[in-house]
Amino acid sequence: MSADTTGAAPGNQGNGNHDQAYFDELVTATTSTLTGDEVLLANVSGERTDFIRLNNSEVRQAGTVDQRTLTVDLVDGQRHTGGSIRLSGERSLDGARLAALLTQLREQRAFVADDPFLLYNTEPNSTERVERGSIPEPDAALAEIRSAGHGRDLVGIYASGDTFQGFANSLGQRNWFQSSTFNLDWCFYLRADKAAKNLYAGFHWDDDAFAAKVDWSARQVKALERDPISLSPGEYRTYLAPRAMEELLQLWSYYGAFGLRAHETKQTPLLKMLVEGTTLSPLVNISEDTAHGVAPNFQSAGFLRPDEVPLIVEGAYAQTLVSPRSAQEYGVPTNGAVGHEYPQSMAIAPGVIPTDTVGEALGSGLFVGNLWYTNFSDQAACRTTGMTRFATFWMDDGEIVAPVNVLRFDDTAYHLLGDQLEGLTDTAEVLLDTSTYERRSTDSARLPGALVGAMRFVL
Amino acid sequence: MTDLLIESTALEHRLRTALPTDVDYASARFVDERSEHLRVRRNQLEPMFTEYDTGVMITIWNGGGLGYAATTDLSETGLAAAADRARYWAGVTAGAMVTTAAPTSHAVGTYMSPVEVTWDTLPLNDRLELLQRQSRLLGIDDRIVNWGASLVRREVDQLLLTASRSGDMGRIEQRFRFVYPSLNATANEGTNTQTRTFGGHAFCGQGGAEVLGRYGFGDAAGQIAEQALELLTAPNCPTGVMDALLAPDQMILQIHESIGHPLELDRILGDERNYAGTSFVTPDMFGSYQYGSELLNVTFDPTVPGQLASYGFDDDGTPAVRQHLIENGVLVRGLGGTVSQERSGLPGVANSRAQNWNRPPIDRMANLNVEPGESTVEELIGSIEHGVYLHTNNSWSIDDSRNKFQFGCEYGQRIENGEIVGAVRNPGYRGISSTFWRSLSGVADRDSFTVMGTPNCGKGELNQMVGTGHASPACLFSDIDVFGGEE
Repeated sequence: MSADTTGAAPGNQGNGNHDQAYFDELVTATTSTLTGDEVLLANVSGERTDFIRLNNSEVRQAGTVDQRTLTVDLVDGQRHTGGSIRLSGERSLDGARLAALLTQLREQRAFVADDPFLLYNTEPNSTERVERGSIPEPDAALAEIRSAGHGRDLVGIYASGDTFQGFANSLGQRNWFQSSTFNLDWCFYLRADKAAKNLYAGFHWDDDAFAAKVDWSARQVKALERDPISLSPGEYRTYLAPRAMEELLQLWSYYGAFGLRAHETKQTPLLKMLVEGTTLSPLVNISEDTAHGVAPNFQSAGFLRPDEVPLIVEGAYAQTLVSPRSAQEYGVPTNGAVGHEYPQSMAIAPGVIPTDTVGEALGSGLFVGNLWYTNFSDQAACRTTGMTRFATFWMDDGEIVAPVNVLRFDDTAYHLLGDQLEGLTDTAEVLLDTSTYERRSTDSARLPGALVGAMRFVL
Repeated sequence: MTDLLIESTALEHRLRTALPTDVDYASARFVDERSEHLRVRRNQLEPMFTEYDTGVMITIWNGGGLGYAATTDLSETGLAAAADRARYWAGVTAGAMVTTAAPTSHAVGTYMSPVEVTWDTLPLNDRLELLQRQSRLLGIDDRIVNWGASLVRREVDQLLLTASRSGDMGRIEQRFRFVYPSLNATANEGTNTQTRTFGGHAFCGQGGAEVLGRYGFGDAAGQIAEQALELLTAPNCPTGVMDALLAPDQMILQIHESIGHPLELDRILGDERNYAGTSFVTPDMFGSYQYGSELLNVTFDPTVPGQLASYGFDDDGTPAVRQHLIENGVLVRGLGGTVSQERSGLPGVANSRAQNWNRPPIDRMANLNVEPGESTVEELIGSIEHGVYLHTNNSWSIDDSRNKFQFGCEYGQRIENGEIVGAVRNPGYRGISSTFWRSLSGVADRDSFTVMGTPNCGKGELNQMVGTGHASPACLFSDIDVFGGEE
């Protein structure tokens, strides 16, 4: 299939660096209107994304979302107020809307006191990262996907196009991140809840790479054709594939496992590590690996992130993610974390179990491809529950015996990645976040699979 | 920035002009939102934030294809480009669609959230002082390590214009006014951290400043802080099979996850299988399946004044009316808009909804309510020999068929021989949806019936977050698998 970002479809002309120049122009013009000691912090995020939603290898919905959001923080000394507008792309209209917003923010500023936790970067450090892709036109992509789904039950979402994020301030700093990417997040369904899930994503569509993904999924579906078995609650030797690991780590991260504020307020799910010095297995090394992620390396107050922040080293706490507000509140330097202080480019160092023979390492037990809907049974103890989903198999002597009907687990991090962790695979899979809440995510993770001696299942 | 765009005749003219009249069905769904976010954390005002969000989605069904284009460019040129893009997509997808059942409604009508007390009566300075006062009432003890009070207001105006080659034209104008008050207190001793909140963020709804009084926002902080501290010394919830009395602020989660989502017709039709999941409910169950005990009556009711997901029309333009989904325990109707009803041949409701102008409508819950029974809460407690009373959801997990679930609550009370004998921490319970509701053995009366909402329900590809409304009295379930936290 040919790949071209500037085809003839209506309204699909590439924007080049138009968005970057437009943002720069808007902020520069607004800077000239600031009064007194005002400082303007501005962030823009946007996308022009084509979406195709599929069910049973046919289209359910398809279309294009074109959106740009400008967020500003207007600062005067230690007092500040913030707001956002959608940008229409019409210069005079957007300028007027922004001016009106700033007027409102000045009025609101009269009601707020000094903010002792306000911190923004005052040493301009401009950066630019633009990654162009070669993405097929929507009709070509649809034809390719439907061809792969021919005779199969393909369900999922295809998304492609430009996404961008920018930071600028009235001190002259400019940061820009833009990429053209695609991702097809899909399943081949066999029946009921038996399916093989897969993801094909990147900057350059490659027919052969896609065909290899399709072939892998087709073989997984074949394995699912065997009669499924139901396991009783109990403890089972288990292999957690990288996507299953991601589900656990996302939950723990979202609730502050690696954030300074959650540590200081004792809300971290890894509280026992903080209070009692409990450790995970020495095999576990977790970091925020910005250098190898796909997220921008700057954040909304203008701070740049270091290439790497070690979070867990040989099973013990190392550093935390520190947002600018937390830095001020708790008197430590920021490391450029986002406000919620969760990793955007998490990496777990691989181990020594050969990935291509992980079945042999498992021997007899559960092979869990995906976990689903994790949450806490007891957050302070990092006791976590969730379900198996998609391709989960019972293995015997390293060979697939049968697919397993969904199981609920309920176990702690200190077992799963602690005293029950036998090893990690020797490769870490790059997992792009397919989330599209509000806009396409730029988060990612690089995770190995984990072999767990005994995992507790309860339902 | 006070002129309401929805009142702009020039904008409406441009939207109407952009809509093609030579297609099977076309719509322009314009959304204009203004919101204010105020939060005090540990007695310190967090950065105040004001949000303006404006855009339109143009949708075209034509010749067996469907396309949409969402844009912030509301100029004549921008809207024309969006219409062209939607038409392009309809051409690309023609012959490849899972359904060609376009919406058919060209309704004309209006809806407005009922506002009893305007925010003029509580100006910004007073709103900030209200939050500061609540914050001070929450941070009453050194063991309370984090606390906060917040107030979010959203004003959402929506205009839906429709057209078709048959000459039909619809116009629906809806103005929503949402209020989301919130309180939280977290207490800690050693490895024990406990959090209590203001109904787990469920005490929200439509209206004006009166919403605060509706839920007792100004009087709740003291009890929230005291109960967070109480939980530090409370024993773990006992483990075993026992009766579980669910308070309304836990019932809403139970309804949402194990009735609402399983009854969504798009899940039953398979649209969500790659993300949110499928359903244990199959088409043949409608009209005969005993979903719960005879005490169970569940309505889809978008007409409840002030409930979070009340509206006059869904986003396909279908007029919204109150309908029973489960009657005396029997499943009678699913949650699906006109497109899903046509695809499945099943009865549904007006619940095709989108998060915003930049997302296409899909089947969503709106107000999904358990109708009150005849027992008092005291009578239900008195009937329990051995059990727990569970308050305020804080953990939810359910399988992709919406069957095997495990839910947790902030605060539990142990009941022995018909009396509450003390608080317990980390209470949770497990069950299976397809049998759980049959263990419903008591439904409290209207005195405990509480109208609430779930502000953030995620679903769909592309992902969408919408507010859903739930109302319920306290309900008693027999022989439930209950457990506590780690010892």
